[in-house]
Amino acid sequence: MPNLKDLRIRIATVKSTQKITSAMKMVAASKLRRAQAAAEAARPYADRMERMLGALTASLPTVEGAPALLAGSGGDRSHLIVPITADRGLCGGSNSSIVRAVRRHVIALQESGKSVSLLCVGRKGRDALKRDYESLILDTLEDVTKTGAGFEAAHDIGRRLCAMFEAGEFDVCTVFFNTFKSVISQAVTARQVIPLPAPEGADDADDAAGNGGSKALYILEPSEEEILEALLPRNVSVQMFRALAESYASEQGARMTAMDNATRNAGEMIDDLTLTYNRTRQAAITKELIEIISGAEAV
Amino acid sequence: MTEKVPFELVTPERVVFAEEADMIVVPGGDGDFGVLPGHAPLLSTVRPGTVEVYEGDRVTMRIFVSGGFAEVADGRCAVLADEAVPASEIDRADAEGRLNRAHEAHREAAPESPEHRQAVDELRAAEAMVAAAK
Repeated sequence: MPNLKDLRIRIATVKSTQKITSAMKMVAASKLRRAQAAAEAARPYADRMERMLGALTASLPTVEGAPALLAGSGGDRSHLIVPITADRGLCGGSNSSIVRAVRRHVIALQESGKSVSLLCVGRKGRDALKRDYESLILDTLEDVTKTGAGFEAAHDIGRRLCAMFEAGEFDVCTVFFNTFKSVISQAVTARQVIPLPAPEGADDADDAAGNGGSKALYILEPSEEEILEALLPRNVSVQMFRALAESYASEQGARMTAMDNATRNAGEMIDDLTLTYNRTRQAAITKELIEIISGAEAV
Repeated sequence: MTEKVPFELVTPERVVFAEEADMIVVPGGDGDFGVLPGHAPLLSTVRPGTVEVYEGDRVTMRIFVSGGFAEVADGRCAVLADEAVPASEIDRADAEGRLNRAHEAHREAAPESPEHRQAVDELRAAEAMVAAAK
């Protein structure tokens, strides 16, 4: 039979754990609200940029002569993978699902004879990937989203990626991050940012001209090349920003769900323990009574 | 002249300004240009400077931008700024501090290095910010 004192201590422990998890849930919920608002505010910029890029690339006669960020470096030998994970754990499976997807991707690339390197964003991804691929990790960026996803941080990463690309350190860059679908569901997304993949539906450009009107012939100032040259690195940063914002919102959403579950489990556990505690207490009382009565009868 | 141009000024982080205006003057990469209703579709880079929003003949809003892109299409005008602050909200001392820091970074950076290019950009932006604060 469990000891009464042990049970009391156990209940107190679970109760304090529950307090922590429910506090973490509240914090995650309020951070999530802010993250969602930020992601919403960032959308117009990204949408417009996409439109501009679409219009520009559609009017490019050929891929030849286009900036390398768009056309690629001509090779497909070395890949850079940027997994974006959280710096902290306790957020369900969101970090490990990124790591799993990255691992699969790395294996597939290595099997086809490509060289792979990793640039980790977020401590958790680094920690998990270090076990197998320590030699591939070029660098780890930590605390990027400590106070939410900022554009400045994304821009730094974007600049760095462009500089590495120009220096010929990789041919293809893919970012892995969680897309925020809802509080309970986040999807792992892999997006190629360098070279820029052709916009979807580029083949039916003629259709778009008929209904969108976005294929209007633009006056370009100063010139197409110069605009593209400025726009493409910018787009890399914007893509990074979007990935950071999505993954930050996902992290908070996943943490909120995980902590909600933990709080509920703790509650169930407390109920169970309390029941056991009361039963034990009653049993002890009954036992004492029996002892007293049988003692009295014996006299 | 009742027609107006819907105008939007967005940064990566938020929409700074979205209203209809009679005319918008944007500091384009090749020189300032004004956007009136019915402007032809245009894509342009934006250099550091001040975007001016006109209501009739008066400037109703001046917004400092540190660079970016402008798009005119379907009768709308959109400026995608890297950074945008309404001129009335710029703190003069802050702007001058930024200019001093930019000067310093510019002096320290080795010529022709990526840092140098970045420093030059930052210097231009800071100069435009101080000018906008006046």
